[in-house]
Amino acid sequence: MELTRRRLLMLLPAAAVAWNYVSAGTPEASPNYKMTEHWWAMLIDIPKCIGCGSCVRACAEENDVPEGYFRTWVERYHVADWKIEKPEVESPDGGKNGFPPHTDDDGKNFFVPKLCNHCVDSPCTQVCPVGATFITPDGVVLVDKNYCLGCRYCVQACPYGCRFINPKTNTAEKCTLCYHRITKGLTTACCEVCPTGARQLADLKNPKDPIHEFLRTHTVQVLKPHLATEAKVFYNGMDGSVR
Amino acid sequence: MQIPVQGFMYPNEVELQWSILIVLYPYITGLVAGAFILASLERVFRVEAVKPTYRLALLTALAFLLVAPLPLQLHLGHPERSFEMYMTPHRSSAMAMFGFVYLWYLMAVLLLEIWLDYRRDIVLRSQTGTGWKRGVYRLLTLGSSNVSERSLRIDERLGYFITLIGIPSAFLLHGYVGFIFGSVKANPWWSSPLMPIVFLFSAMVSGISAVMLLYMFSTWVRGQRIDMRCLDTVARYLLYTFIIDFSLEMLDLLQRIYEADESFRSLDFMVHTRLWTSQVIIQILLGTVTPIALISLTQVLRCSDTARKQIYAVAGSLTMVGIFAMRWNVVIGGQLFSKSFLGYTSYKMGFATREGLLPAIVLMILPFIILWVLVKLLPPWPESASLSESDAVAVHATS
Repeated sequence: MELTRRRLLMLLPAAAVAWNYVSAGTPEASPNYKMTEHWWAMLIDIPKCIGCGSCVRACAEENDVPEGYFRTWVERYHVADWKIEKPEVESPDGGKNGFPPHTDDDGKNFFVPKLCNHCVDSPCTQVCPVGATFITPDGVVLVDKNYCLGCRYCVQACPYGCRFINPKTNTAEKCTLCYHRITKGLTTACCEVCPTGARQLADLKNPKDPIHEFLRTHTVQVLKPHLATEAKVFYNGMDGSVR
Repeated sequence: MQIPVQGFMYPNEVELQWSILIVLYPYITGLVAGAFILASLERVFRVEAVKPTYRLALLTALAFLLVAPLPLQLHLGHPERSFEMYMTPHRSSAMAMFGFVYLWYLMAVLLLEIWLDYRRDIVLRSQTGTGWKRGVYRLLTLGSSNVSERSLRIDERLGYFITLIGIPSAFLLHGYVGFIFGSVKANPWWSSPLMPIVFLFSAMVSGISAVMLLYMFSTWVRGQRIDMRCLDTVARYLLYTFIIDFSLEMLDLLQRIYEADESFRSLDFMVHTRLWTSQVIIQILLGTVTPIALISLTQVLRCSDTARKQIYAVAGSLTMVGIFAMRWNVVIGGQLFSKSFLGYTSYKMGFATREGLLPAIVLMILPFIILWVLVKLLPPWPESASLSESDAVAVHATS
């Protein structure tokens, strides 16, 4: 077919629309990265977390998280004796700057880092009216900010409070598991800076990943298992009081 | 703006996501569904007594249905992308599918039914009217000016068929709004299989009540006599649906109290503090028990026409407030507690902001302006039907 000026002019808008659709849903990835060879998850080792807030700060810097919103945060639990159903929980500024010393010695204190659970059956992706939030073939729940309507249904549907509306883009935002880093062979910003190794990125499809040995030898839990979301953030040593 | 928080909220939960505009959305769609169901009483179930409200109910439903998407549109972070819900809908999303339910109801049910019902009047007015009005009516005929007996019979039969489809569609419209909330498993205040059915009956209550009040008001404005047989029948239907609605809500409440699951303590605390006024005082006592008691009085006591009119006016107005409070308590109440069940936040409503009180008031006035235009264009009054009768004779005589 001869490409005349007239034909080219007719093709250009169609090509622009097609490219827009192709590029909109494709997350950034490195050339050698094969999505189908990975299944990402995270391991949180609660006894190792010291509540320093490095992860929250690193996440905010790496992902340009707006002030007052959190892709990850740290909670401090104080459980007095047997009152497992009434824990005292705090997370001042998401635990970004650590925590003031706890003076009450009655009971136990521990820190619980939180982030998107990248659920396999995620209620947030289920409710999105346009499919702007989706799970990638390598198991990461992402939001396409060029497609999101900002209806906030996904924020309501997330049982863990992990989503928010970015006031700059007016679209839903959440932890991407640092997708731009992990697809280049790096770990997430939060795992990278954690001084005690309390957060570990894990690839469940990689048989050599130490996560398999860890899961076999430890008692791990996920948050709110009764909601059957198949969460992929595993917690080691999690107390029954954690919500 | 600092939002007062009590206890512990997940940090992203402090700010409420759905505002008063989202309270308006189920309120308005409820009025649509309820008004249509009242209209169908006459058409399908042959409740002749409510005939004077038939056309008014249809026009009310249309006026509110046209406004229904506006609060949603105003609330979206990217309203310019809203058409994507129709172009690339996500089939597992209750909200996406609602777009199609809305379109179906607007285009296939309501507009078609109103057009078929008014077609004869529109044709007659396009022939007898003058000036720009004649042009408008000619446009509304959609090129069909046949008002022979045979074609009117077809209109009637088709209209009946559309009303038959319309009833389940109206149920679907508002039941579906209930499903949008009821299917959110993350939120125990919303998550309930009873939610669609409670929404449906409360929609019927609000729609019937709105048409009853509009009928009384419009008759008074026009200096006509109220058809008391009609008003009594409408009030009776309001009472029946209200009793079913209240029973369902109490059933839901009893179930929650008796089961007392992990969320109960948190929700119970919320009802006794932040929602005490809007739920217990306004919704239940003023907006439900009082109107039910008032209308019940008219059923057991012999009241004069004037007394009954006054009682219906008070009961109807309280009902409208009560159903609004119910929508408020569902939408706003469902966001006041933490999904950790350990804390509570507050709702700070702006005034002249994008999702503030002012746009909400404007959005609530808008359907009445639309209704006024519709009523001017397509008078729903019984006497205008007889006027058309004489016009018809004149048109036939000249043709």
